[in-house]
Amino acid sequence: TRDGLCNTDDIERSKTEGKELTKEEKQRLRKEKKQQKKNKEKNDEKTSHEGEKKKNKKKKEEQPAGSASQPPAQPSPKAVPAPAPPPPAAAAVPVPASEAPAPADKPAKSKADLKAERRARQEAERASKGKKGDVGQPAPTGKLKAPPSELQPVVKRLPEHVQVDNPEVVKKLAKKLERQQIPLRSDYGYKVSLFSHLHQYSRKAPLTQQLGIPSTVIHPAIVRLGLQYSQGIVAGSNARSVALLHAFQQVIRDYTTPPNEELSRDLVNKLKPYISFLNQCRPLSASMGNAIKYIKKEISNIPSQCKEEEAKIKLLNCIERYINEKIVLAAKAIAKYSIEKISDGDVILVYGCSSLVNHILCEAFEKKRKFRVIVVDSRPRLEGREALRRLVQKGISCTYVLISAVSYILPEVSKVFLGAHALLANGYVMSRVGTSQIALVAKAFNVPVLVCCETYKFCERVQTDSFVSNELDDPDDLIVTRKGKTQLEHWQKVPSLGLLNLVYDVTPPDFVDLVITDLGMIPCTSVPVVLRVKNVDQ
Amino acid sequence: MELQAVLMAAGGGSRMPDLTYNTPKPMLPVGNKPLMWHPLNLLERVGFEEVIVITTKEVQKMMSTDPKMKDVKMKLDVVCIQEDGDMGTADALRHIQQKIKTDVLVVSCDLITDVALHEVVDLFRAHNATLAMLMSKAHDFTETVPGQKGKKKTGEQRDFVGVDQSGKRLLFMANEADLEDGLSIRKSIMRKHPRMHIKTGLVDAHLYCLKKAVVDFLADNKSISSIRGELLPYLVRKQFSKTTNCPKSKDDADDQTQKTADGSTNSTELLICSRDEPLLQLAQERSCWNDHRGDMSEAYHGGKLRCYVHIMDQGLCYRVNTLAAYIEANRLASKLLEEPAVHPSAVISERCQMGPDSIIGAQCQVADKTSIKRSTIGNSTTVKEKVKVTNSIIMHGVTIEEGCNIHGCVICSNAVIGRGADLKYCLVGNGQQIEAEGEAHSFHTSTFNMLSLFSPPTVTRGT
Repeated sequence: TRDGLCNTDDIERSKTEGKELTKEEKQRLRKEKKQQKKNKEKNDEKTSHEGEKKKNKKKKEEQPAGSASQPPAQPSPKAVPAPAPPPPAAAAVPVPASEAPAPADKPAKSKADLKAERRARQEAERASKGKKGDVGQPAPTGKLKAPPSELQPVVKRLPEHVQVDNPEVVKKLAKKLERQQIPLRSDYGYKVSLFSHLHQYSRKAPLTQQLGIPSTVIHPAIVRLGLQYSQGIVAGSNARSVALLHAFQQVIRDYTTPPNEELSRDLVNKLKPYISFLNQCRPLSASMGNAIKYIKKEISNIPSQCKEEEAKIKLLNCIERYINEKIVLAAKAIAKYSIEKISDGDVILVYGCSSLVNHILCEAFEKKRKFRVIVVDSRPRLEGREALRRLVQKGISCTYVLISAVSYILPEVSKVFLGAHALLANGYVMSRVGTSQIALVAKAFNVPVLVCCETYKFCERVQTDSFVSNELDDPDDLIVTRKGKTQLEHWQKVPSLGLLNLVYDVTPPDFVDLVITDLGMIPCTSVPVVLRVKNVDQ
Repeated sequence: MELQAVLMAAGGGSRMPDLTYNTPKPMLPVGNKPLMWHPLNLLERVGFEEVIVITTKEVQKMMSTDPKMKDVKMKLDVVCIQEDGDMGTADALRHIQQKIKTDVLVVSCDLITDVALHEVVDLFRAHNATLAMLMSKAHDFTETVPGQKGKKKTGEQRDFVGVDQSGKRLLFMANEADLEDGLSIRKSIMRKHPRMHIKTGLVDAHLYCLKKAVVDFLADNKSISSIRGELLPYLVRKQFSKTTNCPKSKDDADDQTQKTADGSTNSTELLICSRDEPLLQLAQERSCWNDHRGDMSEAYHGGKLRCYVHIMDQGLCYRVNTLAAYIEANRLASKLLEEPAVHPSAVISERCQMGPDSIIGAQCQVADKTSIKRSTIGNSTTVKEKVKVTNSIIMHGVTIEEGCNIHGCVICSNAVIGRGADLKYCLVGNGQQIEAEGEAHSFHTSTFNMLSLFSPPTVTRGT
């Protein structure tokens, strides 16, 4: 059951208000409709929801003022540009069609003249896109679980952030940002050819250069957050999510519903440009994506008769609760499970600075376990120094090595604790670049590898390699000055030289022995089960 | 709203009395625009829509009539204060405390700069700072200042500014006048920031981003009267004081009133400390970022009050508060302005030689055989034939008769330079008249000197 809302109540309410339905409900409705109506209805459906699709594309950012039958763009994961996929639109159209209110019928009727034209255009578009979609599908969007109807081919859309070398996609992104009045951040420097499909930004060119001061389009809390992300002041997936939710709290506090608008719809639309802005500052993490999905769902679920003040308080409480449950309490639960796995005399290896792993180790130390820690670090971030500081401050005895020494030090190690940025649906662990190496070497030495990850970081994406979807950090970070000499200072002038600063990599589940989550200790392959259970809950 | 802009335009210009005798400093023409137009233009370009201008009634009257001020598209909320000069900048901020609803950006009217303002404001935003200010490397003024014989060795007090290794965090600020025996730095600062760079050759641009809590703090502490002189050193010192670093204060507003009963110092400190909310605290804890390395403390050493400075090393940044700065600013004004150097309504004869650095104002009349190089000529000025004007600033309504030779001078509004006068490095005050065939070198005239002009020892008549 969802938070306080029953399934049946929800469907009924949505029917009367024409609000957006969840995937399950839409699937159910769709199946029913398809069974009832066969050929003739299929044509109607197709043309009218083509109209829907066109309308949804156009009305992406505008408020569907007054037309209660038009659902706004759905809470899709941020990576997917969202023209509304056919099935939900199909579900939405029959629903209002069954209602009395005239506005529902009006859009379909007024578009009647242009139907044929649009249909032809749509077919052509879909044909070309279908080809493109079929050719390369490394990262299908988890959203498109809906089975395609016999009429249109499945169009798998690649997220736009992995298509940077495709000028059309870049143009589309630029147009979208222009519409939302957000400046476009330009890529910097030569990109290594294997990764030329990803964005690469320079820290010295912040997005705020192109924004006005004081920022009016974007809420100041969001501008501050974006700056902190791009400068690395808030780094680490938990910290980023908490900071994001905090900024959203401020946005909600300062929000006032414009006249003739509903909070549940308008606030979601207000959040969209902010999310684009944050995405431009630094690509969103999986945890942030899940947090955003949650918030959008909560906002959309606000009943329309709720007064603004009440709604705001409710939302603020939701956010507090989310952070408390998913981050703070989850950390406590994970620490409890992990302490069972830490025995006296252990030598634990950690990599980089994971807030969760640090928390676990500090807790274990407080519970008087005797162990020592080896902190492995890697350039250019050198986050291990911060982890080292926190552990030593507590009194844990630590050793510090760079990743190049990991095979020398592994014979001493009894366990490896790793943090995760996200856990993918096929059991792969996405974490800081270098983690897969540590796991690999540990496997070679038969040292157990334990990954600690909260469930809110579980993501529906599927990845088997670190090339397709990754993040490129500022290449100038790799430049170091030693004894007054900066060898790489003019790296851009050398045409055959490229600097690559990857941020994430994926570790296959064969190298991971156990995943410790707040739900318990599960093997890596059980991640899809958890995801499924989570979805059913919601 | 993120920031409110406040323009301080009530200053007297006490360091250039000859110029400001008749015209208040904010309205002195620089590049044929009033001085206060320049910071307003900066704010407008960056995207501000409203500015609170604190000024005197006289300036307000002049503002309303000046056509250049009409170009300013922003909404100017003019607050007038008394002209007696007792009100410092901090007093002025206290005066408008009711209008301040959010963080404030204080600019001085005599600032001419092309800084990328987002650099300063980004420091303010990203680090949740209490203060962010702008400073610039000082440039030597190369032009000779009229009225000064020989190079003036400035007895001006230097400012000592201490920054940390990154060059962004402000650790120490003191004026030479306040340091009697020597520069002493507290051990707590050295412990936290073992490497400090102390710079003396910096110009304070008087551009400050202040948190709203600081304005509220000023309202309670009526003893602070100048931002630069008192408030800033106080804030910089407070970064490292013990009370700000151990906030047992997750207080609500009720507790604050209790504290005021105990002692005013307690509440004021609470007001300044940017009370980071618990979520922000959590985010900072979970983040793997630290602003310093080498010791065991967390980011910012747990300090809640942080002051930052952005030091410009390239680009223009001038504070026009001395005659030398005024001349330099006029020289560079043509670079700053986007308008054409010659106003379209000016009538310039064809046989006039005009250098590219010169600015000619509206409705000027420049006759034949004149030569104007590296000069600024104000509105409605008449320049007759065979006049040579170099390196000079001519203000509005001036008449220059034939055959004059003007080099390195500042001639204020409505002056009349008689025929054949030869002026080098002179400052002619408002409405003055220079006799025909007068010759003057390094001379200042103003109303006070008027009598002496007619029978001065240095001015020779004729040949």
